[in-house]
Parts: sequence; C-alpha cells; structure tokens
Amino acid sequence: MITQLLINSLVAGSIYALIALAMNLIYKASEIPNFAQGEMSMFSTYITFLLLTTFGYPFSIALTGTLLFAFLLGFIFEFLFIRRAKEPNLLGFIIITLGFQLVLFGLAGWKFGSDQRTFSLPFSETEILIRTESFVLTEHNLASIIIAIFVMAGLYILLNHTKLGLAMRASQQNVKAAKFNGIPTDRILGISFGISSVVGAIAGILVAPVATLDPTMMWDPLIKGFAAAVLGSLESLPGAVIGGLLLGLVENLFGYYVSLEFKSIVAFGIIMLVLFVRPSGLFQKHYIRKV
Amino acid sequence: MFLEVKNIETYYDKIKILNGISFSLEEGRITAILGNNGAGKTTTLNSIMGLLDDQPEKGTILFQDKPIHRMDTHKIVSLGIAYVPEGREVFEELTVRENLMVGAYLRRDTKAVAGDLEHMFDYFPILRKRIKQLAGTLSGGEQQMLAIARALMSRPKLIIMDEPSLGLSPLLVREIFGIIEKINRDGITILLVEQNAQMTFRVAHTVYIMENGRFVMNGPAEELKDNADVKEFYLGVREIESLKGYQRYKRKRTWK
Ligand SMILES: Nc1ncnc2c1ncn2[C@@H]1O[C@H](COP(=O)(O)OP(=O)(O)OP(=O)(O)O)[C@@H](O)[C@H]1O
Ligand SMILES: [Mg+2]
Repeated sequence: MITQLLINSLVAGSIYALIALAMNLIYKASEIPNFAQGEMSMFSTYITFLLLTTFGYPFSIALTGTLLFAFLLGFIFEFLFIRRAKEPNLLGFIIITLGFQLVLFGLAGWKFGSDQRTFSLPFSETEILIRTESFVLTEHNLASIIIAIFVMAGLYILLNHTKLGLAMRASQQNVKAAKFNGIPTDRILGISFGISSVVGAIAGILVAPVATLDPTMMWDPLIKGFAAAVLGSLESLPGAVIGGLLLGLVENLFGYYVSLEFKSIVAFGIIMLVLFVRPSGLFQKHYIRKV
Repeated sequence: MFLEVKNIETYYDKIKILNGISFSLEEGRITAILGNNGAGKTTTLNSIMGLLDDQPEKGTILFQDKPIHRMDTHKIVSLGIAYVPEGREVFEELTVRENLMVGAYLRRDTKAVAGDLEHMFDYFPILRKRIKQLAGTLSGGEQQMLAIARALMSRPKLIIMDEPSLGLSPLLVREIFGIIEKINRDGITILLVEQNAQMTFRVAHTVYIMENGRFVMNGPAEELKDNADVKEFYLGVREIESLKGYQRYKRKRTWK
C-alpha cells in the first residue's frame, strides 16, 4: 500500500510541481502572482481537445499546436495587458490577472460549452502498465512523471545554458541593469509569460484525463500548484518542484491515514501554515531583491 | 560631434531636475562632469541612456548625428554606448562569467566574445580568480572592475561611467583611473561623472561643472583647473591667508 501511496504522491506532486513552476516563472520575472494561470492551462487543453477530436489530428500535431498556442497566449497576455499598465501596483496586477481569468473562463464556456468531456491521450489512465500485489502503475501515471521530469530538465537547460535563459535571469534580478546591457526586457518578459503558459498547458493536458475536461477543471489543481509554490518559495524554481512533490506526499498521506473527504483542505492548510511560520517559503534566496 | 546633448530638460514627476543642459563629447577623448551631491549628474546620464520613462521632456540627444533621445535603452546600447552606473549594479546572483556574458548580449560573434572574455581577465586579473563566484559576493572594488569589464564586453564606442571611484580606497581609486585612461588609449570615448576632482582633472581632457541641474562652467581640464573657484570649491585649495591673519570671509562663487 505504501508503494501505491508513493506512486500517487509522485504523480500528483509532478503535476503540482509543473503548475508551481509556471507560477514561479512569472513571479520571478515580474513579482506578479498570475491567477489566470489555471484558466490559461484550461484553455490550452481545450485546444488539444479540438485538434485531436474535432479536427482529428494525430497527437504529435495536436500537442505541437497546443504548445504553440499556449506560448502565444502567454506572450500576448503580457503584451496586451501587463505591459500596458503604467506603473501599476501589485493589486492592479492581481486584478488584471483575475480579469483575464474571467475572460478565458467565459470564452471557454461560450465556445466549448460547460459540459464535461473526456478525451483520450496516447497515455490512458485506465491502461495498466504494471500490476503487482502492492501497487498498480497506469500509463498516465508513468507519463506524468516522465513528462514532468522532461519539462524540469528542459527548463533547467534553458535557464542555465542558453543566452535566452541568461537574459531571463538577468532581467529578473535587475531590470535596469539588464536594459543598459542591451537586453530588450519587455520582450524577455513576454517570452517568460509564454514559457510559463507552455508549462501550464502541459500540466493541463496531464490533468484533463483524470479530471475530465470542463472550464473549471484547473480550479482545484491551481490552488494546489499555488500552495506548492508558496511552500517551496515563489522565488525559486527548485523550490517549486520540491514544494509540489511535498504537497503531493502530504496530501496523499493525509487522505489515507486521516480523512479522504478532507484531503483537499491540505493545500489550504499548507498555505496558511507557511504564511504563519515562514512566509518566504522553504527555499528563499539569499539575496534580497533590489527594487 | 560624437555625442551632442542639446537643451535637455528632465523631470521627476513635476519637479524639473535638469534645466536645459547642453554639452558635447569629442570622439576619442575623456570628458568629465563634476558636481556636488544632487547636482543632477546621474539624472543626466540616465536621460542619455533612456532609462527614465518618457524623459527627457525637452531637448535632443544626438549620437554620431543620430537622434537617440527617448529611444529604448537596448537600442541605444546597440549603437555602441555602454554604461557603468552609479553603485555598479552587477547581477548579484549571476557568476562573474555570466555577468560578462550579459555584457556581450547584443553580440553575435561568439568566437570573438570568448576572446574578449580572456582579454578582460588580462585587464582585471582579480576577476579571473573569481570567475565562478556570484557577483554579489565580490568586494566593492571587485564589483566596480566587473561593472567596467561588463561594459567593455559590448565593444562600445562610448562608455559612460557614473562615479566609478565611489567608496573605494585611495589605492583602488588610482587603479580605476589608470584603467579609465587605458581604455581611452584603446580608442574608446569616455564620459565620466565624478566627485573626485583631483583625479578627474588629471585624466580628463574636457571638464564640465554642474550645479543645480545646469552647467556653470566648462573648458579644457588644463585651463579649468587653474580657475580660482574650481580650485577652492572642487580641488580644496585655499587662497593665501589675508595679511593680518584674519579668517577671510567665505569666498563667494563668481559664477553665481
Ligand atoms: N527617482 C527620483 N525621484 C525624484 N527625485 C529624484 C530621483 N532621483 C533623483 N532625484 C533628485 O534629482 C536631483 C538630482 O539627482 P542626481 O541623482 O541626478 O544627482 P547626482 O548629481 O548624481 O548626485 P550624487 O553625486 O549624489 O550621485 C536630486 O535633487 C535628487 O533628489
Ligand atoms: Mg549620482
């Protein structure tokens, strides 16, 4: 049983980690908590559904199309709304993201209807790969873990070993200095939003088969991902990953040993606990950001 | 003219900081701006670099005859202007090497960049030892070297420096000024803002003196340093005491 719990924790944790990564990519770049993250993922997942089911494209094309769409969605969101705001404060930014969330939610309900849909991916949550006495591992389980690892490795390489990544990190640390070194910081921020949106879309595609596709599908995962981000520190990408995995573990242990019904309050409990005990999260950076 | 600033006015909110200042740089020379705290030196440089939103409010800035006022900073940089700001502003959580690579962000000639990196370590041997260290852990002097090296990595035609000697020991101050002269000998034009008048008069070709958002004097360093006001208020040289040995009245500045 404990093996099964660990598998479930790892799967849930991987997805939370992806959502937390998406949040942190934006937070690090702009100090904006992007509450539209969930709806952006949901919307992108509908694109996958459209391409797969309505247009009948093979999965590889549907996936490519979705990721492209997700990137543009993030980039355009930054370009059209975030960048226009002149000297906004945090509250202003939060309202912009909440507004965008409502727009996407409304659009999805109108365009795709609010009935739940199922859609099939190459990795199904009913196909069992391994069954032993103590655990079962489905295709979807394995795919979630592997895809999450790929995304994390990809982000690591992007940020630490490419010129774009260097420009992203420089802009995060000191926008003014990035500018006078020739970095077009506005464009870099737009790209950060795009990349974040792509990571969120991947999380959405992994969530959809389990949660069924409807406009509210990301509400629960988003809260979890946000809790994971707060737990690990909004400022740290490794923190997001560890926060996600920890949350997955705590939640599943709680569900098994304490109460299954109240499993979903764990995330809320963790947010509160972190805010009381260590508001900057477990993996706060050493340097204080220059304002 | 290499760089020509004409009548710029810069505001912070509703407060006018620069009252229509004009000056120009000659190619290949070191031009310095001296002035007390709050005179508007940094504001002048930030206006040139396009770092202040929608500023300068009025006036023009030409770099090699091309207007650059109110242009995006990264486009100004791409024309060949590099900036060493007040307070260094190195990327604290990037390594020394990464900081230098950010300096080369606009360059496409990867091979030459690698060569220039080596060149920087010859210029500033201390940086070679710190290559993998986070810039935030460097000493103030090392950070200043890094900020200068980072600016050089873009292979600029003009380097603008804001009080590079600030907070450094006398020995380091001399070293920094030596580096400035060396960079200039390599053919890079320099606009230098300073408070250290002694050293500035030693290296600069032309000096401007700024007070309250305007220039009160300017001229070749050789001439200006013999000016009585400059001597007293910037170089700290007192005039001969009066015959009776009385304390003289505080000297009035003749330019007011
Ligand atoms: N961001 C700002 N908002 C409002 N006023 C400012 C701002 N920055 C500078 N000032 C004001 O503009 C004036 C000129 O400042 P500036 O930094 O250009 O002076 P400076 O000559 O560089 O001085 P220092 O030698 O101390 O660096 C000062 O009176 C300062 O208070
Ligand atoms: Mg200054």
